[in-house]
Parts: sequence; C-alpha cells; structure tokens
Amino acid sequence: MNITRRRLLILLPAAAVAWESVLAGTPEASPNYSMTDHWWGMLIDIPKCIGCGNCVRACQAENDVPDGFFRTWVERYHVDDWNLENPQVISPDGGKEGFPSVADDPSGKYFFVPKLCNHCADSPCTQVCPVGATFISPDGVVLVDQKYCLGCAYCVQACPYGCRYIHPTKKVADKCTLCYHRITKGLTTACCEACPTGARQLADLKNPNDPIHAFLKTHSVRVLKPEMATGAKVFYDELDGSVR
Amino acid sequence: MRIFRDAGHLFRLAGVYLAGTLAFVVIRAAVVPHSFGQYGHYRGAAIAEIAAKPLHFAGHQTCETCHTDIAQTKASGMHAHVNCEACHGPLAQHADDPSIDPGKPEVAALCVRCHGASAARPKNFPQVDAAQHSGGVPCNTCHQPHNPAIAAAGGSK
Repeated sequence: MNITRRRLLILLPAAAVAWESVLAGTPEASPNYSMTDHWWGMLIDIPKCIGCGNCVRACQAENDVPDGFFRTWVERYHVDDWNLENPQVISPDGGKEGFPSVADDPSGKYFFVPKLCNHCADSPCTQVCPVGATFISPDGVVLVDQKYCLGCAYCVQACPYGCRYIHPTKKVADKCTLCYHRITKGLTTACCEACPTGARQLADLKNPNDPIHAFLKTHSVRVLKPEMATGAKVFYDELDGSVR
Repeated sequence: MRIFRDAGHLFRLAGVYLAGTLAFVVIRAAVVPHSFGQYGHYRGAAIAEIAAKPLHFAGHQTCETCHTDIAQTKASGMHAHVNCEACHGPLAQHADDPSIDPGKPEVAALCVRCHGASAARPKNFPQVDAAQHSGGVPCNTCHQPHNPAIAAAGGSK
C-alpha cells in the first residue's frame, strides 16, 4: 500500500487515538495488592478521642457522602453517676463540627465513641441481600456493588449498628468501604489519616507485624454488641459498659 | 410398527422443553455478569471498581516527599503524629498538580476544634478557653502550628 499524503493524514490521528487507549490501559487499581494477604479491621482508642469531628469531615470529603448522612460519626456519651442504663447520647450533625463544650466539674462522666461499619465477618447485612449486591470481600471489607443494588433497604434494617443508609440521589445502599480505594494502595483510611490523636488506627489482622496484635494482647478491648455474634472487626479500647 | 399411538405429542413436548432449557441457558448467560460468582455470590468486578475510586486525601507520606522542611519541624514537636491533612484538609489535587494553591487553614476555628476547653474531653489533652487564654489574639502569633511549644517557636511556618 502506498502511503500518500492523504492516507497519512487520515492514519496519524487514528494511530494517536489508538496509542492513547493503549497508554490508558484497563483501570488497574492496585497492581501489587493481593486480597488473600489481608484481613482488615480497625482499632478505636476511646481515651484518645477528643470529639473534634475530623474523621467525619474527612470521610465526607473522601467519599462524597451527602449532607445529613454518615459513613462514620461520633457520639458523645454522658453517664450520670450510677445511672449506667440511661446514658445521654448526643451526636449533633454526626459530630462533624465538634460538640458543645461542657463546663468544669460536670456530674458523671463524658466520653466520645466514634462509630463506623464494623466490617463484620458474619455480617447480618450481607446475609439478607436478595440480589448479592452486598458482600464481604476476600480481604474482609463489607462492600456494596452499587450497580447491582436495587435499593430495597433490607440491609439498612438488618445492620444492628445503623451503619447503612440509602443514598438520597443514587437510591442505592451506601456505607463505609473502609476506604477500600485507599487501603488497597497502601494508604490508611481518610478518617485515620485525619485523626489528630491516633484514636483511630487501621488494622490488618493477617499481618503479623501489625501493631494491633500487641495492642490486643495488652489492653481490654471490646467490640460493639458482642452478643449478636456478628464477628465485628472494629475493636474499641476501654469501651464503657453503657455504650450501645 | 408404532410403539405408541400419537408419539408425536411426546416429541413435541420434548422439543418445547429443550427449547425452554436452551432459552433459559442463553438468557441467563446474557443477563448474569461474567464475574458473578468469581469470589462468592456477588459480582467480582465490583471489588476492582470500588478500589478504582479517586483519592481526595493524598496521605502524609506524599506531602513529606516535597515538604521535607515542615516534616522536620513537625517531627520534634507535640504535633509530630498529627498528619498534614488533619489540619490542611484533603489535598490530593495539590499533590497531583503543585500549582494548585491549597490555601491556609483558618487558624481561629482550626485550633479550638481540638484544643477548645471542654470537660467532656480527656483530662490529659491540652485545652484552653481561647477567649481567656489569648483574648482574641490569633493562636499562631505565639504558637507555631507545626511545632506548637512556645520555646520552639522560631518564626512562623
């Protein structure tokens, strides 16, 4: 075939477009990441939480969480003296802008409890999904396939921790992904990145060198609602008995 | 010789059944996503799709590759373990294109978010009643945010 000037002018842009797509390739998110080598969870150190709301804001920025909905939020507990069964819990706008200050010498005790999806190993939410749109990934993160979700909200009802919501515009289930797009790239979650005191720490339970193992050995650590046997993987250090 | 009278009825039924099965197999193959069942009862490709979402927080490791001076200032102070984006906000865009000016955090609101006095906060965490403590003078007049102890203040960064 003779390459005339006309042919060349036609071929060049075509070749450029083809080369562009070769360079772009397929969206390979994390080339060196093996799902079978990890089992993700999180450690929350209650005595370190100062209720600044950094995690809530970071989560909203990182994951485009709509206003008024939360993938993570912070609750402030006030337990008055001996009245353990009736704690007063507040979470104004999820604790996003912090909490009203408390004058000195308060009655009873105050503490903050950050909450998020517990990424349960035996999660009630994945079991009830009628279409297989929510699942636990091989590395232990409970995710939602938003292209497959019907928005029936069965999972929202099933979660004992209230960690799911129906996205107001997408009309599908939405929840904490444990920043799956970050942890698969070797980064920590947005909430852990933004936490100024280290009250939140991402934990890889399959990594023998992860500091979580030493911590679990030496601290009194609990999960939320252990009586529900959900296999929760968000561990709370020094969690008060009044926390629901 | 004929085994059954009207055996044609049975063959027709078998034909209908076969066609039905074929239609089921073809439609199922067309409707169920290819990666469904790859890891379990869900679409395996969804995992890669979720993992491919864009970053907003660059991570302090990324910040420190360029801002080595600030990393050094920070390392010896009380804010050593406070990550850059905890105060500066999500800056992945700035990390991708340093010509994007991230701006500076608003000091008045920023510092009290953590250090504003409240009896609800842990007792050992440094807290001040801002109005009483400085009387409206901005915090970074005396404290250098990257290394906030007064003795360490050597010009503001």
